[in-house]
Amino acid sequence: MDLFQFLGYSFIQRAYLAGAFVAALCAMLGLFLVLRRLSLIGDGLAHVSFGAIALGLAFGVYPFYVAIPVVLIASYFILKLTERAKIYGDAAIGVVSSLGIAGGVLLASLSNGFNVDLFSYLFGNILAISDQEVYLSLGLCLVVLAVILALYQDLFSATFDGEYAKVTGIKMERINLVLTSLTALTVVLAIKVVGIMLASALLILPAVTALQIAKGFRGAMVVAVLVSITSVFVGVTASFFLDLPAGATIVMCNIVLFAIVLIIKKVNLGVSK
Amino acid sequence: MNEVVSVQDLTFSYGSTEVLSHVSFRVERANYVALTGPNGAGKTTLIKVLLGLTDGYQGAVKLFGQDRKAFTEWGRIGYLPQRVNVFNPLFPATVREVVGLGLLSQKRFPKTFKKEDRATILATLDLMGIVDLKDKLVGDLSGGQQQRVFLARALVSQPELLILDEPSTALDPQSREGFFDLLQELNQNRNLTIILITHDTAQIGQYAHELLYLDKTVIFHGNFADFCASEEMGLYFGQYAHHVICHQHP
Repeated sequence: MDLFQFLGYSFIQRAYLAGAFVAALCAMLGLFLVLRRLSLIGDGLAHVSFGAIALGLAFGVYPFYVAIPVVLIASYFILKLTERAKIYGDAAIGVVSSLGIAGGVLLASLSNGFNVDLFSYLFGNILAISDQEVYLSLGLCLVVLAVILALYQDLFSATFDGEYAKVTGIKMERINLVLTSLTALTVVLAIKVVGIMLASALLILPAVTALQIAKGFRGAMVVAVLVSITSVFVGVTASFFLDLPAGATIVMCNIVLFAIVLIIKKVNLGVSK
Repeated sequence: MNEVVSVQDLTFSYGSTEVLSHVSFRVERANYVALTGPNGAGKTTLIKVLLGLTDGYQGAVKLFGQDRKAFTEWGRIGYLPQRVNVFNPLFPATVREVVGLGLLSQKRFPKTFKKEDRATILATLDLMGIVDLKDKLVGDLSGGQQQRVFLARALVSQPELLILDEPSTALDPQSREGFFDLLQELNQNRNLTIILITHDTAQIGQYAHELLYLDKTVIFHGNFADFCASEEMGLYFGQYAHHVICHQHP
């Protein structure tokens, strides 16, 4: 099969399109999350979506229609647990995420018959993404992207130095709510690309790769987006030709890029010494 | 309007622990006030109240004649926090990006930088003598250079009041001297009002016009001549510390 024939498949085009948008979003948000030491919020919210997807399947509702509001509410709870109950952020993530997983497992055991469907969400399959899911992903991506761009300076300031951001009149509670809500939406979108188990990888890996070589915050964001989109393109292509699971291949591409950047950085440091 | 800060009968508690008790003082325009006192005296809490970082206080606090709770012109106030408390050295921010954050108090949604904003940032870096560092990562700079970057961030909005929280922490003696000289120049040439928290009592007298000694309440507020002439303060501080502060005053 030649490349043109491969690119002519509509399911490949859908995978590239939806994957690239979701990857770009994950990279942008991931940078804020990693620098705020909130990397694991993606993992926690993905676990919550496991329970939400189980709920959707149990009641015969399209799972993402249940997952989006449930994960948004969970992100709000994580925030409020941290702010009001004086619980450390990682502990709050642990509380909410264990509720999601436990709820999902209980629902799966009580409602026999959808276990196969539920487990297909654990690892995702972007090659099986439908037209409807592409439209939903693109619509949500554009909303999240617009919010990030409109609030870029406030998000940057709040990430760099929250106390100083407050002094300049930025409402930190509002910005934190926006960041966790955007993360919740993005995690749900990422599940379709790489699955529940690996959703947080799309948030973390491009950001940590970019941080190795970044020469500024804006530059770090550009590098993270490029790394993330490249991983999706290479991962989708490789998974098709090598008959590998797409989600895991995309994540492995991210890890390979991270390793390459790390090695180049070490070599350059060695040369400059 | 010459009154920049007015605090009247300010009381603040964390839970049942009273941190500030009936604090009253005023700061006039172009004044340079050294705010000092022992650990736990409420200095940082007082600054947080002034900067709008803490609410739930009793008493009246006014900034430029306006009630602090209704105050929105935060661009008129520059703030330099303790560097060690705020800075993550791995954060990939350039000097230019960090200094630009000081302009956000003057921006409305959507906050974007125009050509004149970029020129203001460069002019402020030039004033600080660090324009050649504009594209460097802040984490790659020395302690003294970083402190200048954060001072540039505090000054880029061209504030009328500058509040500094122990700015000399983590600076070597040479950088410290250069830093205080720069503050003095800003105070004298630009009529910048300065409130500076410091434990560095030996250097206070060289720079500040007034001393505000806080220990939950105001123990002393006045100029150095009055402070040095006060037998009461001599007893309060101990003769040696009192002598050291007075001796440093030109």
